[in-house]
Amino acid sequence: MTSMTEALVKVDGLVKHFPVTQSLLDQLLNRDVTMVKAVDGVSFTIKEGEIFGLVGESGCGKTTTGRAVLRLIEPTGGTVLYGDVDLTALKAREVKEYRKDIQIIFQDPFESLNPKMTIYELVAEPLEIHSLGVDDEERRTMVSQALEEVQLIPPDEFLYRYPHELSGGQRQRVAIARALILRPRFVVADEPVSMLDVSIRTEVLNLMLDLKEKLGLTIMFITHDLAIARYMSDDIGVMYLGKLIEYGGTHEVLDDPDHPYTQALMAAVPVPDAERKRGDLPIRGETPQPINVPPGCRFHPRCPYAFERCMEEEPQLMEVEPGHGAACFLHEDFHTGRIKRGKLPESQDVA
Amino acid sequence: MTTLLEVRDLKMYYETMKGDVKAVDNVSFSLEAGESLGLAGESGCGKTSVALALMKLQPSNAKVLGGSIKLEDMDVLALDDDAIRREVRWKRISMVPQAAMNALNPVFTVKDQIIEAILTHENVSEKEAEERTVELLKRVGIDPSRAGNYPHEFSGGMKQRAMIAMALACNPEIVIADEPTTALDVIVQAQVLKVIKTLQRELGLSMILISHDLSVVAETCDRTIIMYAGNVVENTATLEIFRHPLHPYSIGLIGAFPKLTGERKRLESITGNPPNLLDPPPGCRFHPRCPHAKEVCTRLTPPLTETHESHWVACHMVNGQQEYR
Repeated sequence: MTSMTEALVKVDGLVKHFPVTQSLLDQLLNRDVTMVKAVDGVSFTIKEGEIFGLVGESGCGKTTTGRAVLRLIEPTGGTVLYGDVDLTALKAREVKEYRKDIQIIFQDPFESLNPKMTIYELVAEPLEIHSLGVDDEERRTMVSQALEEVQLIPPDEFLYRYPHELSGGQRQRVAIARALILRPRFVVADEPVSMLDVSIRTEVLNLMLDLKEKLGLTIMFITHDLAIARYMSDDIGVMYLGKLIEYGGTHEVLDDPDHPYTQALMAAVPVPDAERKRGDLPIRGETPQPINVPPGCRFHPRCPYAFERCMEEEPQLMEVEPGHGAACFLHEDFHTGRIKRGKLPESQDVA
Repeated sequence: MTTLLEVRDLKMYYETMKGDVKAVDNVSFSLEAGESLGLAGESGCGKTSVALALMKLQPSNAKVLGGSIKLEDMDVLALDDDAIRREVRWKRISMVPQAAMNALNPVFTVKDQIIEAILTHENVSEKEAEERTVELLKRVGIDPSRAGNYPHEFSGGMKQRAMIAMALACNPEIVIADEPTTALDVIVQAQVLKVIKTLQRELGLSMILISHDLSVVAETCDRTIIMYAGNVVENTATLEIFRHPLHPYSIGLIGAFPKLTGERKRLESITGNPPNLLDPPPGCRFHPRCPHAKEVCTRLTPPLTETHESHWVACHMVNGQQEYR
């Protein structure tokens, strides 16, 4: 298993800007088009056979990143290396070839499955698109196998049913079967359990972990839920306002976060433990719009530790230990403990 | 402590084309003055239905088939629409509805909407109502200079705070908050929960907080009720329910939450799906998914029984046999 630690996906400087719709007056006066900087230069590496968790609050650009990596939307800039191939340089026709290898599981199984198609048709559709399976019989066998893999057992009972006859958890399993029937190497899972109830959610998460082992999948797991990210991921990247602000091994990032935003996120998560008492939140205000990104460090208006430099200069990701980086001028101070995490500077009454 | 609200054997079904949905079945609990009570469970377990019934806000296809709701000496179920509007809603029990962000009217300013609520229910001058509104907004952490803004000028967290302010407009004794932070990001959620906790303590409010998220309940409530498929399955102090859950469903639910600290262990999930309440399983509604189910569980509905002091559980196994406790 030497290949396990090799990079399968390398994202470098990924950018996606969306133009804001202009009014007629703006157009007539030839005003500059305002841009929403949804993803503003994001770089990370996903190792083969591992789960990379991309976390952040709504609007931070994690979903856009996931889609731009797959070229479901066209990136404005940057490269996405899949093995040796730059996906961003492929022609539309060539992308289709790679779709077999690279799949996505969407957030909402109520919307991602066509209500007028049977489960068989839904799961067999990718086979048809890619002309796999010689005849109906072979396809049926493949579909049955795929359903068995996602624990929809016995498959015969599900083949001719429609999505509305299934529960939320079962529907998401169908979505997973659809993604995996082509035997992809790399899967982007975009909030795959956020629509599911707790007791159902766990089964789907465990199923994904099992399938990852069994099929040797590499997964980019997008979630807003830090506890789920921790449960699923080998490595983690934290996004804020279109930028990756911290990355590293799950334990390094979540147990000893070196960026004040990651620290604030961790402090804000409610835990099912009535004995834990919450301290003050080391953050103030709410996330600004990605149309109006603050100068310097984009987190500085909310950061209790911000000083002059943060307002002028944008910190780049800096390595604090091998494989763990944070985009904060104070990362070393947090890492060495010179500044205690969660201990607020004097006169900083926040939250 | 004095009991403010007492719900006994409440039974409320929804009439549908396919038959009755048994959404709330024999639900009993009480709320003490100044207490914060968490109503937790997964979607469709009946927690919102219970809350709606407390204010007689249930939809028109709902029928209350039995039980009682007593607000001190007042029999809430016996009040007619006019009386409940005059005497109970807003003044004694108010509600922060689910998806409160969409509950504000987009064409009126936030201030005007709160003033309207006060003027409709109380005999005060407009000036007094306005002063009170400013005071309320300050309390929930909104700068009064923003009071004249329209809802779209507020962020999600601010809209939620405004809804909380509005719920407090007529000094109610009980506030029901239905999933008050579900649509919010985690940092804003923490800020809003802090506002709720502070208000509850400072004003001595009694509160019912409804959430599918046990961790939100754990951080906010003194007492927790776990519901499953229209029944209360466990009711005890919040500390106790996390330290020593007894009902197999509660144990499964708590075990299904991944942890943010400590060792990463494989989560145990509850097998199967919640039942269709058109035709719930006989006996204990949890028995098809329960690892300890015995023959009796398929026949008889377990009564909610006090197994320890102030710890109520509805399970034949836990109630009957020491080794399950």
